[in-house]
Amino acid sequence: MSTTPRGAMEPTGPAPVSPPPAAPPPGGTVTRGVVRLDRVSRWYGNVVAVNDVTMTLGPGVTGLLGPNGAGKSTLIHLMAGFLAPSAGTVTLDGVPVWHNHLAYRRIGLVPESDGTYDGLTGWQFVLANAKLHRLPDPEGAARKAIDTVDMAHAQHRRIGTYSKGMKQRIKMATALVHEPAVLLLDEPFNGMDPRQRLHLADLLRAMGAQGRTVVFSSHILEEVEQIATQIEVVVAGRHAASGDFRAIRRLMVDRPHRYVIRSSDDRKLAAWLITDGSSTGVEVDQQEGCLRVQAVDVPRFTWLLPQVARDAGVRLYDVTPADESLESVFSYLVARPGPAREVAT
Amino acid sequence: MNLTIARLTTSALLGRRRALLLVILPATLLGLAILVRVVAGPDAPVGQPLLHLLAIGTMVPLLGLIAGAGVIGSEIDEGSIIYLLAKPVPRSVIVVTKLAVAVVCLLTFAALPTFVAGVIMSGRAGDVAIGFGLGAALAGVGYAAVFLLLAVVTRHAVVFGLAYALIWESFVGGFVPRAQMLSIQQWALAVVDKVVRQDEIEAVMGVFPALLLLVVVTVVATCAAGLRLRSLSLTESL
Repeated sequence: MSTTPRGAMEPTGPAPVSPPPAAPPPGGTVTRGVVRLDRVSRWYGNVVAVNDVTMTLGPGVTGLLGPNGAGKSTLIHLMAGFLAPSAGTVTLDGVPVWHNHLAYRRIGLVPESDGTYDGLTGWQFVLANAKLHRLPDPEGAARKAIDTVDMAHAQHRRIGTYSKGMKQRIKMATALVHEPAVLLLDEPFNGMDPRQRLHLADLLRAMGAQGRTVVFSSHILEEVEQIATQIEVVVAGRHAASGDFRAIRRLMVDRPHRYVIRSSDDRKLAAWLITDGSSTGVEVDQQEGCLRVQAVDVPRFTWLLPQVARDAGVRLYDVTPADESLESVFSYLVARPGPAREVAT
Repeated sequence: MNLTIARLTTSALLGRRRALLLVILPATLLGLAILVRVVAGPDAPVGQPLLHLLAIGTMVPLLGLIAGAGVIGSEIDEGSIIYLLAKPVPRSVIVVTKLAVAVVCLLTFAALPTFVAGVIMSGRAGDVAIGFGLGAALAGVGYAAVFLLLAVVTRHAVVFGLAYALIWESFVGGFVPRAQMLSIQQWALAVVDKVVRQDEIEAVMGVFPALLLLVVVTVVATCAAGLRLRSLSLTESL
């Protein structure tokens, strides 16, 4: 694993921008937008929701990854101009978004909340959004946005009758109706079934490929790595890591892992394991009747363990990772020195 | 003014169950007015007290609360306000449009029924219908602006609104005469007192200071609501 201190926490250093899309935007009609958070903090009384975060988000799909309560939604709200930073600045192409209603010409927001105008039909709702943007052809724009999210078949039904996934798509249509340069989505996959997830994932990838800056939040690594070209990891309000999904995955895999092992002879196995550098801690738990191992070189450890057991004539009954939850992964990232890291790929 | 916001607001306001109150209260007033006319004949002594206590004193503040707070409060509570706020539309335009919807609603469901009830009970004698109708309309504007501000400032707008209408205006005002100076109801009654020639109303202030206070409160409340909406944080509404 190679990690390097990144400019995220250094005001003078350049922050990484996710790579430009491979394909040029069709028709060249998409304007680009770069969202920059510069040393942004947000606190509520004594509670710090976002702590000194610096990041730059450019064209392509960026996933904001972190456990629940990490500050992802707060970051999305800050980027959308719905929350004032307590410190630092949030800009879109150099212009602050807070107290700037004109920024919404270039920002599309899909909120996590399902609160909509349930008495309206999908068509009426999207059309109203098009009119609020004062688009020259609101009907045409609404039709196009509804077609994009594949909701034409249900557009004349009341939104109150929609399923969660349909509501999510019609919300998406309202955010796309003015073809924004920046699309912000707060936990867009929550409550969606697998087919709807696939459809939305395809849609986000297409938006990113068109040259839009697509930012979405999620607490599920697999979800983010399937869609995002750039991942920003946020834990406890801090920017913990930044990179593409391979590097983030590697960072998470390469951290020290704890294992609980039950075998026919724990003491013998411990003696063999301790001579190898892949483990930094080996403890025989006589009370529980198991061996607790902290592995620093996971690939070597997982390769070595069965070999050692065979050579020592020890039978392995059970090998269980003790800290595989995403929260423990995030905790590890936060505990590392230097709150934000750019991950070299 | 923004017509799209007005349509969305009207749809959200009238599409709720509480909108039934907008019909039930004026229907009750009109029903009682017909009953009074049938039982006691024209210009019955009970006519003006009915318009004073039921129309100006009860119906207008309650409908003012439903319409004033309802044009924006439920959208803030449910989070649908985000679809208006995330648009290149000044927040002041949103507030003014919503206030206009609330005022039109109160003219339709409060002032007009008050005028019609006045006509039913008194004909055109003494300009009772015009006086009370005008008073209801002006009070409606004041209540709409104040309760809209309350809805933008707090999630408990209905509680504070009821406290103002029932405790401050009715209870405190009854024991502390000076408190009546800060009562929208009293400002409306000052107008009624001026317009109706043979009225039974004793206003606590003249019509001009009443109108001045009404205008100042309406303008200040609307500006304050616009400023507050400009700084409304998403997390406060969701």
